[in-house]
Amino acid sequence: MKRTPMYECHVAAGGRMVDFGGWELPVQYEATGIKTEHLNVRAKAGLFDVSHMGEVTVVGPKAEAWISNLVTNDVAEMHDGQVQYNIMCTPTGGVVDDLLVYRYNKERYLLVINAANVEKDWAWFNEHLVGGVKIENISMQTAEVALQGPNAEAILKKIVDFDPAELEFFHFKDPVSVGGIKAIVSRTGYTGEDGFEIYVDWSKGAELWNIVMEAGKDLGLMPIGLGARDSLRFEAGLPLCGQEFTDTLGPLEAGFGFFVKVDKAGGFIGQPVLKQQKTDGLKRKIVAAKLIDKGVPRHEMEVADKDGNVIGVVTTGGYGPSLDANLANCLVNVPAPAVGENLWIMIRGKAKKAEVVKKPFYKKSYKK
Amino acid sequence: MTTKVLPELKYTKDHEWIKIDADGFGLMGITDHAQHAMGDLVYIELPDVDREVKAHETTVIAESVKGANDVFAPMSGTVVEVNSDLEDAPEKVNADPYGSWMVKLKLADLKELDSLLDAAAYQALVEKEEAEA
Repeated sequence: MKRTPMYECHVAAGGRMVDFGGWELPVQYEATGIKTEHLNVRAKAGLFDVSHMGEVTVVGPKAEAWISNLVTNDVAEMHDGQVQYNIMCTPTGGVVDDLLVYRYNKERYLLVINAANVEKDWAWFNEHLVGGVKIENISMQTAEVALQGPNAEAILKKIVDFDPAELEFFHFKDPVSVGGIKAIVSRTGYTGEDGFEIYVDWSKGAELWNIVMEAGKDLGLMPIGLGARDSLRFEAGLPLCGQEFTDTLGPLEAGFGFFVKVDKAGGFIGQPVLKQQKTDGLKRKIVAAKLIDKGVPRHEMEVADKDGNVIGVVTTGGYGPSLDANLANCLVNVPAPAVGENLWIMIRGKAKKAEVVKKPFYKKSYKK
Repeated sequence: MTTKVLPELKYTKDHEWIKIDADGFGLMGITDHAQHAMGDLVYIELPDVDREVKAHETTVIAESVKGANDVFAPMSGTVVEVNSDLEDAPEKVNADPYGSWMVKLKLADLKELDSLLDAAAYQALVEKEEAEA
């Protein structure tokens, strides 16, 4: 298994180390556990080691056009210093990966991609490379942490050389100093809380971790494992590539049409299929459901209607600590049950009643 | 961390405990090691009363935040009672694993006791597993 620079920090903090896609990372920490860690991020603050994520630089006169062709959102309307959420599709409208696009200027970008898809994305980028663009995979030179929660800004303020209050949501600053370490800081995250993502050189990962943990000591900062990372993003309605997005489940069906500019000038891979989906109307969609009967829904369980007919499948399911309820994202046939209506989730042969609820389960607390 | 093991109980290698009474009934649950490994429990799916189970058969599903865990019957028998307190308060199992019985079984064959571990043997097993972790 691969290790991030913070491996020893996690072990020292009582991290329960697991194999996460070939990386040895903590799923939780012994003194806390997933539920406590999750609740602490929403109440105070949490620090996540996300060094396994991938980073790719893109430079050149064709950078903007090249990226725009690969993704669904409107890269051309970005301004310098902005971060934009994007989805990379296949020609059939499925998803290769979702990613963040950081724009330095029209000819210079940083792409941040999912850990599980680094090799796949790198191959995809190279397959579609054109002249006028130079790309570099700096994933193994870049360590990253996510500092999330209502106290994140106060913690960061103690250790940076700028006023974090001035860093807007989905914007970034590079270079800055975090505890004397050269870093990129963005106001982004995967929890539904206010927070920051901090990128440093791989060799500085452990030093960064310790600096932030120390700064957060009196503000309730806890180290957070992968278990809580998933429960937090799930409650906040954020997609997980591989569950809400697959090579056959695309952004419109998943409910992320806001990030898909079907009429984008210059086009993009998958545009014709997505445009047709929009014209024809979706045949299936993801709805959010909250269990009424007792039981915990899980990925791949079947979803049924009141007559027991299978109408779909759970993409992500589980217990939501902030709602103290069992929740499920259900990919169902259209017409789908509406908010307030019921569906049934088949849990080990028993039909458990659930109610369709408004998304997101947990209303985000971003600083806008 | 030192796991808790009670001397008067019998144990399985899958980290269940059973307490036998004089009338041939057994109360079963999961050990301290098991609750710790599973993490925060959010739902305990108990069997229906009158269900017959064989030793090592999945009898209870303990759902933690992370996933579903099979709990096996330590001995064969018929379910006569389930601890419905656990339905609304699964966290009791984490807080007090030996005080949170899950299922009461009318035991079918007391000879099965011979294949269970006593406290000392279970303690040794857990220590070995935790050292290897």
